[in-house]
Amino acid sequence: MISQNIQLDEQGRLKHFLSIEGFKRQHLINILDAAEPFANVHEQAVKKVPLLRGKTIVNLFFEASTRTRTTFELAAKRLSADVLNININTSATSKGESLLDMLHNLEAMHCDMFIVRHNQSGAAHLIAKHVSPHISVINAGDGCHSHPSQAMLDMFTIRRHKKEFADLKVVIVGDILHSRVARSQIHALTTLGVSEVRVVGPKTLIPAHIETLGVHVYHDLQAALIDADVVIMLRLQKERMQGALLPSENEYYHQYGLTEKKLKLAKSDAIVMHPGPINRGVEIASSIADGPQSVILEQVTNGIAIRMAVMSQTLGRSNQEPPKSKGGNV
Amino acid sequence: MSDITQLTSAISSNSPAISIINGRVIDPANKIEQQLDVHMQHGKIVALGTAPDGFSAQQVIDAHQQVVCPGLIDLRFRLRDLSYAKRGSITTETRAAVAGGVTTICCPPDTDPIIDNAAMVKLIRLKAETEGVAKVYTLSALTQQLQGEKLSEMRELKDAGCVGTTNALRPVKSTLVMRRALEYAASHDITVLIQAVDPWLSDGCAHEGAVSTRLGLAGIPVSAETIAIARDLQLIELTGAKAHFCQLSSAKAVQLIQQAQEDGLSVTADVTAHHLHLTEMDIGYFDSNCHVIPPLRTQRDQDALRQGLKSGVISNIVSDHQPQGSDAKLAPFAETKPGISGVETLLPLALKMIELQGMSLNDVIERLTCQPASTLNLPEGTLSIGAGADICIFDPQAYWVVDRDKFLSQGKNTPFHSWELKGKVNYTIKSGEVVFATETL
Repeated sequence: MISQNIQLDEQGRLKHFLSIEGFKRQHLINILDAAEPFANVHEQAVKKVPLLRGKTIVNLFFEASTRTRTTFELAAKRLSADVLNININTSATSKGESLLDMLHNLEAMHCDMFIVRHNQSGAAHLIAKHVSPHISVINAGDGCHSHPSQAMLDMFTIRRHKKEFADLKVVIVGDILHSRVARSQIHALTTLGVSEVRVVGPKTLIPAHIETLGVHVYHDLQAALIDADVVIMLRLQKERMQGALLPSENEYYHQYGLTEKKLKLAKSDAIVMHPGPINRGVEIASSIADGPQSVILEQVTNGIAIRMAVMSQTLGRSNQEPPKSKGGNV
Repeated sequence: MSDITQLTSAISSNSPAISIINGRVIDPANKIEQQLDVHMQHGKIVALGTAPDGFSAQQVIDAHQQVVCPGLIDLRFRLRDLSYAKRGSITTETRAAVAGGVTTICCPPDTDPIIDNAAMVKLIRLKAETEGVAKVYTLSALTQQLQGEKLSEMRELKDAGCVGTTNALRPVKSTLVMRRALEYAASHDITVLIQAVDPWLSDGCAHEGAVSTRLGLAGIPVSAETIAIARDLQLIELTGAKAHFCQLSSAKAVQLIQQAQEDGLSVTADVTAHHLHLTEMDIGYFDSNCHVIPPLRTQRDQDALRQGLKSGVISNIVSDHQPQGSDAKLAPFAETKPGISGVETLLPLALKMIELQGMSLNDVIERLTCQPASTLNLPEGTLSIGAGADICIFDPQAYWVVDRDKFLSQGKNTPFHSWELKGKVNYTIKSGEVVFATETL
C-alpha cells in the first residue's frame, strides 16, 4: 500500500521536493524550464528577483555540507527570501529534544520552508509528513536515499549540452550503493526518457536488484564507456576502504578511475560530470576534471538556478500572484 | 514458588460454574469439530456435551453461530521493559492478549533485566499472577546475559518454570558455544528456540532487495537467515537437540526446515502473522510500522511462508507482539524501534489463511493452540476434560475495522490500522473466569 504522493498538493502543484520518484516527466520539465531564466540572473547588475520577498527559509543541516548549503542559501537570497542557517550535530539532538520537537519549535517562529539534510534515509519524508500544512520541505540529501536538487541540476546541465534526453547513453560510475545522488539521477534520467542508463562499479558498491530501477549494470568501466554521451563520476568516500568494500585507492583508480585513455571510448562530444567534491587521482584524473569535456563547475553554477526554480515553484504556490517562473521576465 | 501456586489455586477454586451453549466447538487436540456445549467449574473443563449430574451453571454463554476453541497460545510476546510503564506493562499487555483471544503467552528473555536467573523468572511469574490476566510463561536465556559466551543455568531456570531457552535476537556467534549450548539443553530435555540470524550480515533495517535499494536503506539479505539456519541444523544433527526456529521470513528458510524435517531432525518452526500478510512493498515511503526484524521480504517469500504454514512445515503462528510508544516510531526509518503491536490482530490475520490459502478453520486453530503447546510441552491448548478452562469464543463471520486507537495494548504501532478483518473475539475465559467480553466494553 504505497501512500499518495505527499510531494504534490490537491491541485497537483509542487508542495514538497523530497525525491524524484513520484514525479512525472512534465513535473521535471517544468522545473528545468523554470530554471532557465534564473540561470542568467547572475549576469545582471542586480542579481535579486523579488519572488519570495517576506518568506523565511531555514537551512536545516544535520550533516556537514558546504556546497549544497551555500547554493541553497544563495538561491534563497537571490529570490529575496530571509535565510536562517542551522547546523545541527546529530549526536547533540539524539541526547536532547527529538527531531520533531525541534521542528515544531522552528515552526512556531513562522518559517515557510525547511531545507533539510540528514544522514538517515527517509528523514525528509518524515519531516514533510509532520510539519504544518503551510510549510514546504526540500530534501537536500537524506542518507543513501535521495538528493533530488542535485539530480535536477545535473539534468539541467545535460540539457544545456545535449538535444534530446531520449537519445542519450548515460554512464554513472562508482559507489552506487551509498549514493543518494546516483539514485536520484537514475530516477530523473529514466523519467525523462533516457534510452540507456549504465551503472558501473564492483559488486561491493552496487546495491541489490538495482536493475529494477531501469538501469544496466557493468563491472568493467571500459565496456560501459563505449558510445557514452554523458559520464557521471561519483565521489568515493575514503572510509569505503574499511569494511572490505574495496582493496585500495590505487586499485580502484586503475579499475574505475576516469583517465583520458578510457574517456576516448566514449563519444567524442561526451561530457564529464561530478557532483563534487572531487578526489583527484582517485575517481578522476586531474586532466579530465579541468579538461574541455568537464562540466563540473557549470554544475555548481546551475545548482543555484535549479534551487531557485524548486524554491519558487514550491513556495510561489502559496503567493497571491501566480508564480512568474515560466515567462522569463526576471 | 509455593506462594504462587497457592495464589493460582485460590483464584481457580473461586471461579464460577459456566456453561457455553450452542457453540461450534473446535478442539484440534482431540479432533473435535461439532456443535457441543462446554461446561466448566473450579477453573477446569468438566464436560463437553451434556452437563454432569448436579452441575448448576452460574453463568450461561450463548455461543450461537460462534466458534468455541481453546484459548490461543502466542509463543512470542514481548514484555520488554518490566520496569517501564510506557512501553506496555504486564497488566495492559495481558489485557490486550485476552482481547485477542490469547490466554497463554510466552515471553523471550531479552527483557530488561534479562531472564537468566531464577529470581527473575519468579518475579515475572509473580507479577503475572497478581497483575496479569493471561498465563505468562518465560523462556530462559541460552547464554548468560545473552552474550553468547557462557551457558546460562538453564536447568535451574527450567526448574524455576522456564519452558524453553533461547538467545532471542542476539545470535550466538561462536559455533563452539552454540554446539555446547545445544548439547547441554538436550541433556536436560530443554527445547531451544532459535532466531536464526547471521551476526555479520544482519546490520540493516529492511530486506535487501528492490525496496531497500530504492529507499537507500541498509539491507538484510536472505542469506543472513539461511546461513544461520544451515549452521544450526548441522549442530542440531550433531547434538540431537530439540529445536524450534522462530519467525521464518524467507522461502529458502522454509525449504531448509522442510528438508531437515524430512531428514528426521526434531525441528519445528513458526511464522508471524505479519509476515503472512505484508511484504517489503508495504514499507512504501518509509512506513516505520513496517520496520520489523526479521524484515518483511518479497511476494515469493510470503507465498512460501503461507504454503509452509498450510503444509505443516511451519507449525504455528505467533504475533511477536512488541508494543512501542509513539516516539519510538517517529524517527527516520532506520532509527525507529522495530516491531508491531500484534496480539490484537493475531486471530483474524491467521483466519485470513482460510480464504487466501485454502486452509481449514480447524487447521488454523490448531496452529494457534495445540501446535504451539506441543512445541514447548505446555498443558494448555486443549479442551480435554480436566484441562484448565482457557477458552476463546469468536464469531468467524464478523467483520471489523482495525482501529489502533482502540487497542488495549499500550502500543498503537500497527501497519494494519484501518484494515477490515474477519473474525472477532467475543469472550475469552482464562482458568474458568471470563477475562474479556465484548459486551462489557
